[in-house]
Amino acid sequence: MPDLQTHASPLLAVDGLAFSRNDTPVFGPLSFAVEANEALLVQGGNGAGKTTLLRVLAGLLRPDAGHMEIDGLPARPELRARFVAYLGHLPGLKADLSALHNLEFLCGLHGRRPRQTAEAAMAIVGLAGYEDAPLRTLSAGQKKRLGLARLWLSPAPLWLLDEPYANLDLEGITLVNRMVQAHLREGGAALITTHGAYAAPPVRTRLLELGGTA
Amino acid sequence: MLRAARALVVRDLRLVWARRGDALQPALFALLTVVLFALGLGGDARSLAPVASAVLGLAVLLAGLLALDSLFRGDAEDGSLEQWMLAPVPLWWLVLVRTAMHWATTALPVIVAVPLLGELLHLPRAQLPVLMASLLLGTPILSLLGAVVAALTVGMRRAGILVALLALPLYVPVLVFGAGAVAATAQGLDAVGALLLLGAGLVLSLVLGPPVAAAALRIAHA
Repeated sequence: MPDLQTHASPLLAVDGLAFSRNDTPVFGPLSFAVEANEALLVQGGNGAGKTTLLRVLAGLLRPDAGHMEIDGLPARPELRARFVAYLGHLPGLKADLSALHNLEFLCGLHGRRPRQTAEAAMAIVGLAGYEDAPLRTLSAGQKKRLGLARLWLSPAPLWLLDEPYANLDLEGITLVNRMVQAHLREGGAALITTHGAYAAPPVRTRLLELGGTA
Repeated sequence: MLRAARALVVRDLRLVWARRGDALQPALFALLTVVLFALGLGGDARSLAPVASAVLGLAVLLAGLLALDSLFRGDAEDGSLEQWMLAPVPLWWLVLVRTAMHWATTALPVIVAVPLLGELLHLPRAQLPVLMASLLLGTPILSLLGAVVAALTVGMRRAGILVALLALPLYVPVLVFGAGAVAATAQGLDAVGALLLLGAGLVLSLVLGPPVAAAALRIAHA
């Protein structure tokens, strides 16, 4: 994990970022920065482009215009892969595998934060005892929690969370906020999309309001 | 890279184990194809033996074609593919490992069954080693070419027949050289030339297939 405490440039800096689909602008141009120990709350109604923004930032979509820097360097794919962890609407979990085997695969793929085990992460998100349960027997909220456990194990400092509160009960919402708080305390940063109905985590937060283009 | 490959191999083996009933399907399909051919041709050794190797080659090819759609579709639908694209290892590497695992779990069981199916078709014993060699060299080519087609069509809901229409023309050279090797043996000639060409094709598709399939996945998934 790169040493996050020592440098001055923001973890993520975006300048004039714009994306359009079939010549219809989805968002932008947007300019913002996210420093370490900071959360950016991306708000907007349905169709405002929140998910698209996160997918562009993750590198799954190519922006039409604009410049993006991670840790002061132009965002090339290798750099992105080391710095960014993305939790989208589809968690990337296999229905036929057990919860623990799913986590083990994703840790093998993305790497694992030192001194963390999959079992411990499952206990943190409140899934202790479900290690051997086939994923298809878990509820939507439990799958979401497993996605959060994967995120917790990821060594990437910049979290992109797409609607992390969806499908979660009140306790789960508190859990997300606690995890974001702990992650930021360790020098990480997070971008969180929400349509605004939930309590924000108790951390230094910037707000990005996406106007509805839909 | 090796850690990610090992994780993917373990995952695919666990998935096959979780649905171990499905693992036999390609081999059963090949068996049914062979039986249908045998019934259609009357079943006596004189009419079956000359076409046995071609029928076996086609049965293996068609079984592989049917399994092709499952190469990336499951991973695209549950979001695994997104995580592959965001991983710190190159996408082509994951595509290569996934294709190799898919080959080992769908094509290899069929190839193992070929000697038995050959007996059903009265395949001349002398042709079996060359047929096996051409299948072992040829089916990985089919999987790698198929990976490109499966990647291109992964964004579509129902791509079944389109996959076949796109893949079959690409499969022609493999069939030509595979059948050529067996035909040469049948005439008492040396089959090494055709097998070497298949080997060259395998090397070429190993080098070109995964990056092209990876690029196609990125396009299809954007």
